[in-house]
Amino acid sequence: MTTTEPRIMPMGMAINEAMDVAMGLDEKVFLLGEDIAEPSGGVYKITKGLSTKYGTQRVRKTPISEAAIIGAAVGAAIAGYKPVAEIMIMDFIGVCLDQITNHAAKIRYMSGGQTTVPMVIRTSAGAGRGFGAQHSELLEAFAVHSPGMKVAIPSNPADAKGLLISSIFDADPVLFVEPMLMYWDPAYAGEVPAGDHRVPLGKANTVVEGKDVSIVSYGRQVHTCKQAAEALAAEGISAEVIDLRSIVPYDEAAVMASVTKTKRAVVVHEAVTRCGFGAELSSRIHEELFGTLAAPVQRVGGKNIPIPYASNLEKAFLPQVDDVVAAVKRTNK
Amino acid sequence: MATTNRPDAPDRETLLRMFEIQQKIKTADERFRSMLTSGQVQLIYYSPRGQECISAGYAVHLRPDDYVVTIYRGLHDHIAKGVPMRELWAEFLGRGTGTCKGKGGPMHVTHPASGLMVTTGIVGAGIPIANGFGLAAQLSGTDQVTVVNFGDGAANIGAFHEGLNMAAVWKLPVVFVCQNNLYGEHTPMAMSTGVEYISERAASYGMPGVTVNGNDPVAMWKVAGEAVARARSGEGPTLIEARTYRFWGHLMGDAMEYMPKEERKAAMAADPLPAFRAWLIENGHANESQLAEIEDRIKALVDDAVDFATNSPEPPMDELYTDVYEEIIK
Ligand SMILES: Cc1ncc(C[n+]2csc(CCOP(=O)(O)OP(=O)(O)O)c2C)c(N)n1
Ligand SMILES: [Mg+2]
Repeated sequence: MTTTEPRIMPMGMAINEAMDVAMGLDEKVFLLGEDIAEPSGGVYKITKGLSTKYGTQRVRKTPISEAAIIGAAVGAAIAGYKPVAEIMIMDFIGVCLDQITNHAAKIRYMSGGQTTVPMVIRTSAGAGRGFGAQHSELLEAFAVHSPGMKVAIPSNPADAKGLLISSIFDADPVLFVEPMLMYWDPAYAGEVPAGDHRVPLGKANTVVEGKDVSIVSYGRQVHTCKQAAEALAAEGISAEVIDLRSIVPYDEAAVMASVTKTKRAVVVHEAVTRCGFGAELSSRIHEELFGTLAAPVQRVGGKNIPIPYASNLEKAFLPQVDDVVAAVKRTNK
Repeated sequence: MATTNRPDAPDRETLLRMFEIQQKIKTADERFRSMLTSGQVQLIYYSPRGQECISAGYAVHLRPDDYVVTIYRGLHDHIAKGVPMRELWAEFLGRGTGTCKGKGGPMHVTHPASGLMVTTGIVGAGIPIANGFGLAAQLSGTDQVTVVNFGDGAANIGAFHEGLNMAAVWKLPVVFVCQNNLYGEHTPMAMSTGVEYISERAASYGMPGVTVNGNDPVAMWKVAGEAVARARSGEGPTLIEARTYRFWGHLMGDAMEYMPKEERKAAMAADPLPAFRAWLIENGHANESQLAEIEDRIKALVDDAVDFATNSPEPPMDELYTDVYEEIIK
């Protein structure tokens, strides 16, 4: 009898494995980005070993030229390749926003479906590292606001792998947001299926079942929500936690079914609250379930400020377990 | 640096000011690194060690009302432009007494009173902003000069190309200082840049471009002086490529596996500051005890700044929503 060890790994390794699998499956998949080739294998080591395995034609180190990186990915994608472009840190997307919103997102539509842009933009993001205002932001909302772009944000290593492989083979451009604090922290490690493991975009995961309130989140904040659910359980409140995994498309059916059951909802993300994805989600829940809701939907997100450097202020920027608990209580008044 | 005297060298007072600036940078940098290594502080730190000669070389040509723009690797530029040591340290440590109340941090040090106007963490982004300072000076008819610092890697981003062209077309009083330390993060310049010398690019925008040994204080002083004078007299911008080396890699904690060991060893062995010190003495610009006195004074200055910063409180929580707008809008 053979027993197989569970494959426990950090998210960074799972993302590496996803690119490895995709490149092995399809020669049209290639990677481009700053510092991604050996010897360093990326500043966060996410592409470690890949240029050795697949060569520097397919794992291409680029100049510091974000607009040229995304532009080249757009062109190659139209021409039949499946580029995976890395923007080292999400805040730098500002430098190439035109290529994303005016080109990657719109080209299928503007060409009447003749040309398509099957590419992935991988980027790392998140506060809590003392990196200051220009290296910490979650900016997924701008992509949500650009019809044509899909957006995925994993909360655990298995989903990171499964969502990334699905994104690479998706017919449309996907912004793939990687919560930087989860890359190598063993606290966030998890079991990851071997081989061509896929998680479809648009399929939510109910990570905690409950009946009194639905807490809907994605990315690293799913963990904050799980802790909040534990704290609430101790007080006799049964919270359901839903991990959306992708926000364009998002699993509206799962959200509405859960809120229909619990009659209360709290939406949580790290991005600033104002005009974040939570605002959209809250509106949709109100539009669909106004008569069913026992209380208005509550939002928890980053404060509406640039991310501060000082650690006490930075912590205050980020949504904390207590904030989620307090929001749940506001739905229970 | 050659041991012979140099007819092109500045006067003794300027040489000693340059030495003092470099020594401040070295002393502050060494203290940051030792506090980081010992775990006394935790912060993201991009050491400028090895590049201090460049900042000293341009700073001695600037007036307090001239402007400097720099990047995350900016401690040397901050110190050279005269940002006070106490507030600088406090900002690096995220304290309420810092230059920016602890809100900006090392990547965003700002001190308008010293003329240190912008520190950016976005590669290349300071270049167009520097043009704005130059434009403001031009429009108001002052003869203020703006020096903008950036790396070799930044020469490949759109903002560099757009910015240099505009500066040349408008004859802006801006000096573009490319601190070429041969690497952009983990990538050697040759793997990312199509020209051998960044200064070659100046020709395509119609401005003078010059490559200088950024580790040679006299050469750097001379080239910077010409560019600042050109800008000040309304003749327009200059691109200076100052060749140098970063002793500690991209940031503290960098494994530096992509930097050939021998190359780094050679660069550190040719450390420009001790060489400059020896040259000053050998050529009678200063004696040992004068330089030792400067070094002691700077050590005390840095000790004081470290005390000040470590004993300063974090910013008060009611600062969370201030400074987003003029009034508080939540
Ligand atoms: C627009 C942008 N892209 C990428 C980065 C990440 N990054 C930070 S520093 C750096 C290297 C810059 O190299 P160089 O311009 O040579 O300056 P040096 O760090 O060597 O002083 C990179 C790629 C960034 N901060 N901004
Ligand atoms: Mg460099």
